[in-house]
Amino acid sequence: MSQSELSEINDLVADLKNIVGGGYVLDDKADLLVYEYDGSIDRGSPVVIVLPASATEISSVLKLARAHSIPVVARGAGTGLSGGAIAEQGGIVISMARMNKILEVNSDDRYAIVEPGVVNLDLSTHVGPQGLYYAPDPSSQRACTIGGNIAENAGGPHCLAYGVTTNHVLGMEVVLADGSVTWFGENERDGVGYDLRGITIGSEGTLAIVTKISVRLLRSPEHVKTILMAFETIEDASAAVTGIIGAGMVPAAIEMMDHFCIKAAEGAVGAGYPEGAGAVLLVELDGLFEAVEEEYEEIEAICREFGPLEVRVADDSLEREKLWSGRKGVLGALGRLAPNYYLVDGTIPRTKLVDVLRQINELSERSGYPIANLLHAGDGNLHPSILFDERKPGDVENILAIGSEILRICVESGGVLSGEHGIGLEKQDQMPLMFSDEDMATMSLLKIAFETEDLLNPGKVFPTGAGCGDISQARAIARVGPGAYI
Amino acid sequence: MVEAQQMSQPSWLNESELYKCVHCGFCLQACPTYLATGLETESPRGRIALMKAVNEGRLEISDQVMRHWDLCIQCRACEDVCPSGVPYGNLIESTMDRLRVHRKIGFVPRLAYEISLRYLIPNQRNLAIVFSMMNFYIKSGLQKLVRKTKILKLISDRLERLEKMTPSINGKFFRAQGQFYSADVEGTEKIQMLSGCVMPLTQGDQMRAAVRMLNRANKDVEIPSNQGCCGAINSHVGGLEKAKELARANIDAFSKGNDSEPIVVASAGCGARMMEYGHLLSDDADYALKAVNFSKRVVDINEFLDQSKLQPGEASIHKIVTYQDSCHLANVQKVKDAPRNLIKSIGGVDFCELKGSNVCCGAGGTYMITEPEMSEAVLTEKIRNLADSGADIIATANPGCFMQLDNGIKAAGLDVEVKYVTELLDETYKQK
Ligand SMILES: Cc1cc2nc3c(=O)[nH]c(=O)nc-3n(C[C@H](O)[C@H](O)[C@H](O)COP(=O)(O)OP(=O)(O)OC[C@H]3O[C@@H](n4cnc5c(N)ncnc54)[C@H](O)[C@@H]3O)c2cc1C
Ligand code: SF4
Ligand code: SF4
Repeated sequence: MSQSELSEINDLVADLKNIVGGGYVLDDKADLLVYEYDGSIDRGSPVVIVLPASATEISSVLKLARAHSIPVVARGAGTGLSGGAIAEQGGIVISMARMNKILEVNSDDRYAIVEPGVVNLDLSTHVGPQGLYYAPDPSSQRACTIGGNIAENAGGPHCLAYGVTTNHVLGMEVVLADGSVTWFGENERDGVGYDLRGITIGSEGTLAIVTKISVRLLRSPEHVKTILMAFETIEDASAAVTGIIGAGMVPAAIEMMDHFCIKAAEGAVGAGYPEGAGAVLLVELDGLFEAVEEEYEEIEAICREFGPLEVRVADDSLEREKLWSGRKGVLGALGRLAPNYYLVDGTIPRTKLVDVLRQINELSERSGYPIANLLHAGDGNLHPSILFDERKPGDVENILAIGSEILRICVESGGVLSGEHGIGLEKQDQMPLMFSDEDMATMSLLKIAFETEDLLNPGKVFPTGAGCGDISQARAIARVGPGAYI
Repeated sequence: MVEAQQMSQPSWLNESELYKCVHCGFCLQACPTYLATGLETESPRGRIALMKAVNEGRLEISDQVMRHWDLCIQCRACEDVCPSGVPYGNLIESTMDRLRVHRKIGFVPRLAYEISLRYLIPNQRNLAIVFSMMNFYIKSGLQKLVRKTKILKLISDRLERLEKMTPSINGKFFRAQGQFYSADVEGTEKIQMLSGCVMPLTQGDQMRAAVRMLNRANKDVEIPSNQGCCGAINSHVGGLEKAKELARANIDAFSKGNDSEPIVVASAGCGARMMEYGHLLSDDADYALKAVNFSKRVVDINEFLDQSKLQPGEASIHKIVTYQDSCHLANVQKVKDAPRNLIKSIGGVDFCELKGSNVCCGAGGTYMITEPEMSEAVLTEKIRNLADSGADIIATANPGCFMQLDNGIKAAGLDVEVKYVTELLDETYKQK
């Protein structure tokens, strides 16, 4: 770093301290390193980290960033799986950790106003006693923030019936790149004109920084029933899913795990999944008592057609929690089967489930790498996880190629690149698989409409021009070092 | 240069444990220091990232780096919630041990520190002398005088704060090594019990209550002689060699005559340490096997009593009671339900779950003395939740938690009593 660059950074740090207070600006080398990563495989060091306490402070930070022409990256809990919160080009990381208050809960009109750093599960826990909950429930809900959920338009097992984040956000306060503070969506100003709220959700922090959110709350269902169904093969389980959906039913959740996942989850939490099964389905029904029971009978009848090895029902919340604990912990538990796993996130039409899984299975056999399949089966969101050992020469290159191949299979079957984890750094170079040059030009026009300087989370979403996705990921992994795969 | 060389020898960390961390962030919300600060530098994932960076030679061990590790309370809540099974306890323990060579502390504090770790805590006789002096200090009225005149504040704020932590001493010392307490019924089994280091001095009454409860559960209780401190304090602050020495001594003391009887432990932190002797001594050719066997015998008193299905006594306790998880009971020994079951079994008790009951109270063994600011920050949130809970009694299972909660309650002027779970049970047998 040159002398003048150094003194510019010193000035910047001093100014930031004036805005948020000395204890909330970190620029020690060790401290920067702790904010280099998120839940993905990439890494990038910011120049400085700030922890503001209000939209006003964020506005000042953005103005300062613009004056210095330095990029700004918002950070929630850093659980993202596509590198969204990584300061790939250096710059200022704005951590939302201090903006974690639930500002208002209105149980009559069923909404809450929260700051972006509120942890997803904390909101449901907080409103639970009033018989309410916040529906989007990513598996990372113990840790991830509502702000991060908005930026990634996160979903979860229950989005099958209830939709993803965008279906539950009424409106939000944002700070734009020039530091102006405004409101998108309902609640303070009426939602006429363009749906700026909708555009911002899923924009991965590239259009605006979200500082306050009005979310819809749902009434906790009167009755919930979780059903575990074990099948001999994954084809049988997939066929059962197609059967359920085909009969026009929309359970609250349909999750599928293959035999690898069953083994890993059992090792980790002992949720009671039958170990001999080729796949299990976890189906959840909720609603009014009679309706749930009726639906249950129907679903059970459909599943019987595909010869389940076992059907087990959990009615009370403890038993339900136990069945879910296996599902929610399975990703981390894969570490028990192999030193590393590489999780691929893609979505396909549900009718193609059997076909795509067969292709993935063939790919696994051909390549010799086990692929554990974990699916939000109800909406066709796949998480095939390739098991490997990064210490074996060639493994990293091979699994990246397999990952790309899987995404190609998804797109060719009429699916999309990302189910819920976003594009970020990880998949930006695969965007051309799905979008034409014109599509991408239109999207960049949108970005330009918000800011021309490209300082808000630059280098995300759009391809860097390196061409092949494999190269970018291999580069990422080479930089991350051992053991850092999700 | 020396630093660089040391860094390129990553031997102190077990890489296959370290690289299990996939930085998913699931542990953030479990970490008391992250919750208190909002800083990822004070989070488990952050502390692990620093270990990785040092391990890879990307970072030197600076004062700043040590600060972040030192501020870890070693409550191991992160380990309990980690889906990847990262053994954080092992990682931080070996890191703290390694740091001894990097610390630049003055000669006098270092001497005081080494003396207390080597000669005081592990030696019951020396420790008893110190606590007798403390007892005198409290009972003679000297403490009142010191507090009233605020004389220590004149010397330093820190000293004053330390003084406030002088433990209250509950009843006579529990001098029980070599004693045998019979249940006085036929056909009972014998169990062995740890008397510990600080607990028999500060919590003599509670230790006696524990023995009575075990007798009521029809167990003869033997307190083997020549046992000593479990080594937890030494391992937390980076004295693994001394901890191993203590572990070997305890293995010998508890294996004389019989090496299969359960070893019941009334202090959660000690129980956790002893359950991991197997790991601690895994590279000791003479003791590795013995240690594994020893660890299997260790059982916490709450777990033991809960499994014995002993019915509580006649007297009921008409109070709102809550429970603070002792970290090393919940996170290391994985005992969460037993103490709650025991409390709920008492007639008259209205049990309420404390918000954040599974988050550390900030005690952390000697942490409350070495890191008073962070300890207090963590405690503040705990006391706030306690006040909101409306409880009359907060029960817990470890002497450190007991003292820390007691200090916090007194400082906040709350009308809440701190009790051991076993002490509460014991009270149900008292004649009115
Ligand atoms: C084990 C595991 C399981 C997961 N399961 C799921 C799942 O089931 N479903 C799912 O959808 N995701 C899942 N994820 C991915 C991840 O948890 C989500 O993407 C989550 O929404 C990220 O939230 P965060 O707070 O961690 O955000 P971060 O990772 O910190 O940031 C994510 C993006 O949001 C931006 N951002 C954060 N806060 C703001 C703000 N206030 N304003 C503007 N931009 C902001 C960042 O710049 C970044 O681009 C999982 C992750 C892990 C590690
Ligand atoms: S939960 Fe485990 S794997 Fe995840 S960041 Fe924490 S220590 Fe690492
Ligand atoms: S042991 Fe406790 S204080 Fe230390 S990192 Fe883990 S959760 Fe945080």
